[in-house]
Amino acid sequence: MSYITGVGLTSYGRHEGSTSLDLMSKAAALAIADAGLERAEIDGILCGYSTVSPHIMLATVFAEHFGIRPAYAHAVQVGGATGLAMTMLAHHLVEAGVARHVLVVGGENRLTGQSRDASIVALAQVGHSDYEVPLGPTIPAYYGLVASRYMHQYGLTQQDLAEFAVLMRAHALTHPGAQFHEPITVTDVMASKPVALPLKLLDCCPVSDGGAAFVVSREPTMAARVRIRGCAQAHTHQHVTAAPSLSELGAEIAIAKAKGSAGVAISDVRYAAVYDSFTITLAMLLEDLGLARRGEAAARVRSGYFSRDGELPLNTHGGLLSYGHCGVGGAMAHLVETQLQMTGRAGNRQVRDASLALLHGDGGVLSSHVSMFLERVR
Amino acid sequence: MSDKPSDWTRGEAAILYQSCRSCDKVQYFRRDFCAACGSTELREVRASGKGKIYATSLVCRAATPEARAHVPYNIVLVDTAEGFRMMAHGAGDLAIGDDVVARFVPFAGRIVPYFEKEQ
Repeated sequence: MSYITGVGLTSYGRHEGSTSLDLMSKAAALAIADAGLERAEIDGILCGYSTVSPHIMLATVFAEHFGIRPAYAHAVQVGGATGLAMTMLAHHLVEAGVARHVLVVGGENRLTGQSRDASIVALAQVGHSDYEVPLGPTIPAYYGLVASRYMHQYGLTQQDLAEFAVLMRAHALTHPGAQFHEPITVTDVMASKPVALPLKLLDCCPVSDGGAAFVVSREPTMAARVRIRGCAQAHTHQHVTAAPSLSELGAEIAIAKAKGSAGVAISDVRYAAVYDSFTITLAMLLEDLGLARRGEAAARVRSGYFSRDGELPLNTHGGLLSYGHCGVGGAMAHLVETQLQMTGRAGNRQVRDASLALLHGDGGVLSSHVSMFLERVR
Repeated sequence: MSDKPSDWTRGEAAILYQSCRSCDKVQYFRRDFCAACGSTELREVRASGKGKIYATSLVCRAATPEARAHVPYNIVLVDTAEGFRMMAHGAGDLAIGDDVVARFVPFAGRIVPYFEKEQ
């Protein structure tokens, strides 16, 4: 068994003057306090990476900075899937008895620590250095390619994609820590500046500063218990040029394995936390995971299905699109919000029933996938 | 080295791919072995430059000054006649499914494949 015993999250947006280690430390301190633990009780650390301050031993650097001497520590790098990949590893580590309390932490001053161009250039390097990067693509262009194909195959429109941006913004309006606080409409998304068509500015997540952390423990430390019920990964390719066809997607492979390991069906899921780097990412993943039929996710958004009071609340903090994206911490905020919902601590965002949650992370260009089920136990 | 065929990634106006003598699979990203079967018996073959548009994205926001001078430019994925997929530039009017043929154009200080509708 493994439990998410504590969570910590900073606001996302501008943290002028904060380093990546500052943001990681802030989130880590919040998560450890939330779990009711002392720093000395943390015996494992998993951390992500920082594009602003790259280091070959970031977990050790963080442990020294934070003031703990763990028995197990290293960094993990799976792009946007890093947060859930670390959680999956922490789950296996505590189950195997390697550690009792693993701190999972990510944080980066990606917005104020470097220029936006530097971020875009750094991230475009997920492309192939010989066969893709020289052509001048950007991350939005990689996803723009995916979007054009998916829209062609399943009849989605740009207005359909815009619905996901509007939904994430509506959710962010209820979270004080979100980067954006102004409501938007489909018209606003359609009128926003073209970035890599069919994707426009409001189809893309922002660059943010922020940090997120949680503690994965062998035993529960608080009355409200959230355990990892099952998880699985799939890695089908790195570069979009080498991506498989739309009929053999990594998300479908990962969710099938995760359902098997958790022994649950999609119809059991009460809350969803799905990676949303772009509107197309969210639209596709919802359909890949079986949370909507092919081409029908946007209609479900319009009908309120994924709203806070809907049948399957989705990313109630606002997701990457509107809470913000600080790199590894970005998608970790999805898990923090899920744990808050499952423990009844989401305040004005609280949903009726979050007893079983599905989380999904994606790294690269739909390259690396982690699916995970969390369950509230009494 | 001089007798080795070269391609656009090394400054030559050509598209190369590798064909495995052992399992007949083709691959676009150059390696010393076949990614399907592991064989090192590979042929370097020059592609015809013909194919079909699989996906497109018009880049309107570039990240480097060199690329910014070219915006907007169309990034395309092409399913080539030889059976591999490649990324390239393309004409602005291309749609998914169009039959295309490649020529080579300058971009950010080098040459890149540029696909247009087959006449």
